[in-house]
Amino acid sequence: MHAATPAISIQSLVKRYKNTTAVNGISFELEPGTITGLLGGNGAGKTTTIATIMGLVMPTSGTVKVLGAEMPRQRYRVLHRMNFESPYVDMPMRLTVWQNLNVFARLYGAADIGARIEALAEELDLGEFLHRPTGKLSAGQKTRVSLAKALLNKPDVLLLDEPTASLDPDTADWVRGRLERFCAENGATVLLASHNMAEVERLCARVIMMKKGDIVDDDTPANLLARYGRQTLEDVFLDIARGRGEARAVS
Amino acid sequence: MTFSFYRVGAMVQRYWYLLRSSWPRILDLIYWPAVQMLMWGFLQLYISQNAGYFAQAGGVFIGSVLLWDILFRGQLGFSISFLEEMYAHNLGNIMISPLRPVEFLAALMTMSIIRLSIGMVPVSFLAIAFFGFNVWSMGLALAAFFLNLILTSWAIGIFVSGLLLRNGMGAESLAWTIMFLFLPLTCVYYPVAVLPHWLQWVAWSLPPTYVFEGMRALLIDHVFRADLMVEAFAINVVFFIAASVAFLKLLDSARVQGSLMQTGE
Repeated sequence: MHAATPAISIQSLVKRYKNTTAVNGISFELEPGTITGLLGGNGAGKTTTIATIMGLVMPTSGTVKVLGAEMPRQRYRVLHRMNFESPYVDMPMRLTVWQNLNVFARLYGAADIGARIEALAEELDLGEFLHRPTGKLSAGQKTRVSLAKALLNKPDVLLLDEPTASLDPDTADWVRGRLERFCAENGATVLLASHNMAEVERLCARVIMMKKGDIVDDDTPANLLARYGRQTLEDVFLDIARGRGEARAVS
Repeated sequence: MTFSFYRVGAMVQRYWYLLRSSWPRILDLIYWPAVQMLMWGFLQLYISQNAGYFAQAGGVFIGSVLLWDILFRGQLGFSISFLEEMYAHNLGNIMISPLRPVEFLAALMTMSIIRLSIGMVPVSFLAIAFFGFNVWSMGLALAAFFLNLILTSWAIGIFVSGLLLRNGMGAESLAWTIMFLFLPLTCVYYPVAVLPHWLQWVAWSLPPTYVFEGMRALLIDHVFRADLMVEAFAINVVFFIAASVAFLKLLDSARVQGSLMQTGE
């Protein structure tokens, strides 16, 4: 990829569903190899934005490009270089973990599938339940399997939707560590939607705040904390969500 | 990236893993075709002992049941594999993978044949054992019947899958019931001539009608009507192309409506 090409480029993206505007003309670009948090309350437009980046949703207007390919029109040029993880998207429950990973590895054209699954099993500690049906795993184990699926093809662009939701703090911390390591080793670009502000502060070099379909702020965590005069991103989030953000930022 | 048999194979493997992990699923493939065949077989046995015409038409009911099951279970095998993705909430993973729609459909068609074979091959041997009716003795005619019926079943399956993508599980019942609309109209158990004249036009617009008429010509008059098979094939090509275009349009519409993000109720 050319150095100047953003990993993700969104220009004037609008998405309307009948009478509802889910995304209202947002624009941003993500440089390759960066981790960016996408924050906002329920209905802010995060999921629609991510779904549009993945080519699941057709924009009403505006453009979305991933690795230079326009989505969804040119999606087959880049889908093999992307992946996605969310605890809200299941994998077939009756298939064993190994079977699921094998199927997805084939779909993504991963090289040397057996070795890749073994490596991920080692890295994400899946070994003891690799041949157990996915439906019989705990929430934490399922999240690790979903993460393994998302890393099968060593994606250049990784989209994460609340990757540590419903995990205990220890497991969540463990997952964040694995994510950090993957990005550091592979130079992947990550867009992370999360309600966990500590997670965002730890992982993200940049935070995009959304509210009612608009981007209301976009900066590094440190700059956001300074601008809003807050100690934590959670307080910044609450300021924005409750409409206090603009006043505090200005003052 | 172009059409990939490798990705088609991955999806077939996914459904095969699922099928072999559950013996009730396999039993279900054989159970109803066997029950149907036995019921209609014994009915035919009774009628043939009491009516001269049917005595000559050896196996016409059993033949009808077996061919109907190819049509019905071919579509069901296609649609159930598709529904498995919705039941598993896995469609999102599939749709963001490099799997192309045409590869997805090819995998579903392959699974339709695999499921059909698991169900129908044992039942065809049961028909030989119970009633001395050997569907395999139809030879090339059976191949022509099968080709036309499976093409229709796939066309219907493709169209229903498009509706499921667009409308979510609200359209699920169509997958189970749509083929029963074809049961009276395609004249599975009686000749087209039985229908009112205006309805005969409808019947002749459906490819399976030609197959069932062709089967009766073979079993009753001992004539293979190649003309009927060619006509059925021509209409099937139109059906198949129309269903595929509709599927792609419905998929596009699902992207516009955002229904690929929520494939539940």
